[in-house]
Amino acid sequence: MEEEIRPLPKFDYFSPHSLHDLSTLLKQLKGGISFLAGGTDLLVNMKKRITIPKVIIDINRIQELSFIEKRSNNIHVGSVTRLNNLIESSIVQENVPLLTEAIRFLASHPIRNRATIGGNLCTASPAADAAPPLLALNASVKLKSPDDEKIVPLSEFFVGPRQTVRKHNEVLTEIIIPCEKGSNAFMKLGRRRGFSLSVVSVAAFGIIKGDKFEDIRIALGGVAPTPIRAYKIEEMLKGVEVSDRSIEKAAEIAKSISKPSKRAKRASVEYREAMARVLTKRVLMKIAFEERG
Amino acid sequence: MKIKFQLNGQPVEAEAPIDETLLDFLRNRLRITSVKKGCDLGECGTCTVLLNGKPVRSCLLLAVQIDGEDVTTIEGLSKDDNLNPIQEAFVKEYGFQCGFCTPGMILTTKALLDKNPDPSIEDIKIAFEGNLCRCTGYDQIIESVLRAAKLIKR
Repeated sequence: MEEEIRPLPKFDYFSPHSLHDLSTLLKQLKGGISFLAGGTDLLVNMKKRITIPKVIIDINRIQELSFIEKRSNNIHVGSVTRLNNLIESSIVQENVPLLTEAIRFLASHPIRNRATIGGNLCTASPAADAAPPLLALNASVKLKSPDDEKIVPLSEFFVGPRQTVRKHNEVLTEIIIPCEKGSNAFMKLGRRRGFSLSVVSVAAFGIIKGDKFEDIRIALGGVAPTPIRAYKIEEMLKGVEVSDRSIEKAAEIAKSISKPSKRAKRASVEYREAMARVLTKRVLMKIAFEERG
Repeated sequence: MKIKFQLNGQPVEAEAPIDETLLDFLRNRLRITSVKKGCDLGECGTCTVLLNGKPVRSCLLLAVQIDGEDVTTIEGLSKDDNLNPIQEAFVKEYGFQCGFCTPGMILTTKALLDKNPDPSIEDIKIAFEGNLCRCTGYDQIIESVLRAAKLIKR
């Protein structure tokens, strides 16, 4: 069904230049706040009247939120880092190539010039492309309120479709991604390659020793109310021989743990479940091939 | 809110309502109607402008967000009566029919060639992911970009 597109509703607008100014502002404001990062979801949702914020806090001018750094063995990414800056970053390519791979075909080039990594996570679409790789990489996010700061594992961040544990006075400031050596695989299925929302996506990180899966971490998007880690598959594969049979068994688990919403657009429940199986199989095959050569 | 920015190399000072998109602001207040309103949802690419040299959707930006920034529209490409080589290439290769997507296509080409003067067809396809054309079938547009790259190199 087509939603009507209307001019933006009225709102108050603030554009703090530092985290300090942001904290001061958040102490004064009561609620009805939407943070404006890339705006590629927010403005669309406002035009469709899905979101009607009382107050918009534009965080694009906060320089402290835009950075990509390697500190000890972690990559730290500021939440307002644009997707294209991440894709082009050699630090990201060298240390967490799974992330580069996953967001390379997210939306379209001009959208990626504005859309941010923090925005992609906070929007919390069940099919957000950045979520499965970050889940598989054991990433966490830093949430900052006026008087507190905490680090939340990404696996505990999503609570429902477009819902996260982030409170209205908290801002996601950075994403922390541990660097590990291993193989990566990401696959997404959309209606076409260019400018397509994912129907189902699967990301995996794995280490194979000899002919056994030593460690596999795998996450799926578009198959449940939130992006999910497939712990059941990980436990089943641990220490198990790499074979068509073990991969097939893992793929069956992917199908069985998939609980897509009946109301989800773009694809039926049955199709999403079937594709969870197919993509999981392909992703594990890729890791098996890459690791064994 | 009063904003100051560079538009096609010229300083502009104007009053921008907070709830107005850059697209509506450019069209309705500054009368830059080369920036087209297609879908108004960031999907079609007809409202493309260059923000600090990068192609972005003017329908997904607030006008107040360009305060202090540098914006280029198609008007910033030609000098006096001379077409920019990209525009020349689009004319020579029939890179348009109805013309509605053309300003966005040409600005996207400019951003691509500024960064990558010798793009492959694959590079071109990726750069144009977000620009829809309902007339040409894209082949002439790709030819136009390749020709523009040659013209600029000369």
